Amino acid sequence: MFNPLALVGQITLSALAEIGRLSRFAGTAIYSIFMPPMYWRHVLQQMWLIGYNSLPVIGLTALFTGAALAQQIFVGGSRFNASSVVPGVVVIAIVRELGPVLGGLMVAGRVSSAMAAELGTMRVTEQIDALVTLSTDPFKYLVAPRLVAAVLTLPLLVIVANIIGVLGGFLIGTERLGLNAGTYLKVTVDFLEQTDVISSLVKAAVFGFFIALMGSYHGYHSRGGAQGVGKATTNAVVSAFIAILLSNLIITVIVFGDGA
Amino acid sequence: MSSTPMIQLENVHKHFGPKQVLRGIDLSVAKGESMVIIGGSGTGKSVMLKCILGLLEPTTGTIHVDGEDVTHLRGRARKEVLTKFGMLFQGAALFDSLPVWENVAFGLIQGKGMNKKDAREIATEKLRRVGLSPDVGLLSPAELSGGMQKRVGLARAIASEPEIIFFDEPTTGLDPIMADVINDLIVECVKDLGATTLSITHDMASARKIADRIAMLYQGEIIWEGAKAEVDTSGNDYVDQFIHGRAHGPIQMELRKL
Repeated sequence: MFNPLALVGQITLSALAEIGRLSRFAGTAIYSIFMPPMYWRHVLQQMWLIGYNSLPVIGLTALFTGAALAQQIFVGGSRFNASSVVPGVVVIAIVRELGPVLGGLMVAGRVSSAMAAELGTMRVTEQIDALVTLSTDPFKYLVAPRLVAAVLTLPLLVIVANIIGVLGGFLIGTERLGLNAGTYLKVTVDFLEQTDVISSLVKAAVFGFFIALMGSYHGYHSRGGAQGVGKATTNAVVSAFIAILLSNLIITVIVFGDGA
Repeated sequence: MSSTPMIQLENVHKHFGPKQVLRGIDLSVAKGESMVIIGGSGTGKSVMLKCILGLLEPTTGTIHVDGEDVTHLRGRARKEVLTKFGMLFQGAALFDSLPVWENVAFGLIQGKGMNKKDAREIATEKLRRVGLSPDVGLLSPAELSGGMQKRVGLARAIASEPEIIFFDEPTTGLDPIMADVINDLIVECVKDLGATTLSITHDMASARKIADRIAMLYQGEIIWEGAKAEVDTSGNDYVDQFIHGRAHGPIQMELRKL
């Protein structure tokens, strides 16, 4: 007989077990970052893969979002003092929220999936077992460099996204909405505060951690051949998205919650 | 036997949840001996190897390697024990991000901290030992045929001159001629090193070629063990059915997954 309570219990238990496994994995991974040796060549390689290769998608996303945002704010009834409202809202929205969140989501789509697929294939072809038999810790060799690289690279990518996002708003504002270029830039700089930039970078680093953690975790624990790797890839992206959106909310409440 | 066995398993059980995979394995492999475990798919052969290597932890029972209890070792102590081992994986398990020579040299560079130049020389020599020219060392594993990948896997397993070598289905997926080439290479390499070996296979031709002793695993237990020559006169119906490859007999194939 169908018992809804049992179903709720089952789902809760398996979700808690999954969170426990993930936390343990994260703990081992963080521990392995601080225990020598660190494979710096792998860190640089991963930074290149995560950072440089994500630039086009990050740039396009930021440019179009910034432009659309400027257009929306202008249309939304504020056209009478548009010269101060448009640049101010664009820079705050981009730097505080859209730059890091959209940037994080875009990179998660690219990078968490790629990490899960690569480590998942290494798992099902026994390459991870082979590492162990060759006296090499897979956490140090595979997971730690990915985490370090993502945490270091995401803030750099988000700086680029923020600048291009503001540029997108600037282009629409000056070319289409007839705002004065000099005033636009001045208002942008006046509105931006140190807290905005710092929170943006902190968010980026945290998102980077989750992107690499979810990619590595699901890849490392994938099983059951090609189908298992496919499932790991999907799960990595979905869980990275959730982690990014949830941690974004938490950081925003902590930093801006008191009305600062 | 007077000296301590190189590998000794006592009453090793391994459960995955309610599923019992190993049900009390007792096995002892003497130093320099070549033991081959035969048995069908899903009888627990791979799980047994992984328990000895520490990739899986046995539920109960003890495992000794060269007299040392390694059952629950972790971290540095486990790493120390693993330097005694080499392993040839079923699918070769070569690292596809690295060229062939770095695969062979991996244990020397990462595990033993040897410099790249010396490690590369040894890798080239080991590749020659398994019949591959130095040019092959520059290729990526994906460019090699299955037989060549197995040879590289063998070269990697013997590169650090381990005392113990495991072979997981060394001939699976190879044509009969290549399988025989690999069997010959295994016998030669093991003789060179004087290593103790433990192999798992369901290929009887391979077992007869590389074994000193043969043990048969069935439903998570060793049901027969003896010298290679005794395998045909074991008087054990299970062994007879297996070595002659008959569909009918005491072993019922599990068509449904547990």
